Amino acid sequence: MLIQLDFLAVLEQWPLLLKGIVWTVFLSALAAVVGVAVGIGGAWARSHGPAWLRLLVGVYVELIRNTPFIVQLFFIFFGLPAMGVKLSPEVASMIAMVVNLGAYATEIIRAGVDATPRGQIEAALSLALSKAQVFTRVVLPPALRKIWPALVSQIIIVMLGSAVCGQISVQELSYAANLIQSRNFRAFEAFIIATLVYLALSIALRKLLNWLGPRYIFGAR
Amino acid sequence: MVDFSLWDIFRNLLLAARWTVALSLVAFVGGGILGILLLIIRIKNARGAHLFVATYVQLFQGTPLLMQLFLSYFGLALFGFKTTAWFAAAFALTLYTSAFLAEIWRGCVEAIPKGQWEAGRSLALNFTEMLRYIILPQAFKIAIAPTVGFLVQVIKGTALASVIGFIELTKAGTMITNATFQPFLTYSCVALLYFALCYPISWYAKRLELQTHVTR
Repeated sequence: MLIQLDFLAVLEQWPLLLKGIVWTVFLSALAAVVGVAVGIGGAWARSHGPAWLRLLVGVYVELIRNTPFIVQLFFIFFGLPAMGVKLSPEVASMIAMVVNLGAYATEIIRAGVDATPRGQIEAALSLALSKAQVFTRVVLPPALRKIWPALVSQIIIVMLGSAVCGQISVQELSYAANLIQSRNFRAFEAFIIATLVYLALSIALRKLLNWLGPRYIFGAR
Repeated sequence: MVDFSLWDIFRNLLLAARWTVALSLVAFVGGGILGILLLIIRIKNARGAHLFVATYVQLFQGTPLLMQLFLSYFGLALFGFKTTAWFAAAFALTLYTSAFLAEIWRGCVEAIPKGQWEAGRSLALNFTEMLRYIILPQAFKIAIAPTVGFLVQVIKGTALASVIGFIELTKAGTMITNATFQPFLTYSCVALLYFALCYPISWYAKRLELQTHVTR
């Protein structure tokens, strides 16, 4: 049997693919920045917060980590409007990705925060640093350094997960592939190309974050 | 329009959840078998095999599961297989699981001190015997917690099979929403059922992890 693959028919539609890539990168970048910020807040709440807040964050983390991303997305996009909260597909996707990454990041960063030696906190307090200063200057940077590889992996997982957002018609990369194959019936080729782009994005993102982290985020001396 | 009570919604979702469980089990068992083959190829370190397994793992870990499902669905048909959504989903999820498990288990095997291999060799054990009597029993002990934890990822992964039309828990949720116009209630139930499936496994994995750390 001879199979004729026609990748050119897909590549001809490059403006659609490019638009998809831009959306995927934008959604992922936003989710990464806000999601990690949520994670830092969550990690603080779980290790330093009052009891009720610890419980609340714990429930949030477990709920998100034990349900699929697609269900979270559908819940936000289809479920919330029934309660009077109407969201565009793009906003719903952003919220879903931030909420999702926030939960995983909380758990990852908390592991780093918990690993801080007690003596360092005591030393910082004895130097008259405030509690907030102790957390942001003494506890957080080494914590982030310790868990950075795990956090980078999680950000990549969320980037790959954003493919699902095409299902609620956000025009990201997988949506572009779907649109192209519905025009020229080159489904296999369209998805191969989209998949390869995702692969390149995930490799590039890992390189970028591994470069960025030590320089700008937890500051190497 | 037929009226759906809460019980009707829940009962239908529960029936669909059987397929989520079935798909998870097929992917987990199939992926486990394939994963151990990949692992053995990799640690045996025959020519090129190392690179092959590394590429395989990178390919499945670096691309979205959704794309893998689409490729399996359209690709299998292209190569002349008669595909159903069930078969395509089971196929893609098995490969996906095998890549992750091979990588998890590789870490466990590498955690075994080198001296164990050397001791095995000095006792004139061949490769199979060394794996069988020395390496795998020890690696198994470390591997069990992360493996159980990964089962949760597989269960959540099966939700994506709904996109290629396999009727499991998520797809059933969408269909019931379309019939009842009660998305909030339905997706809450769907999420609750996933949670009921996954949370005990997560909890058990965490407990196993604490145990292995204590014994070491």
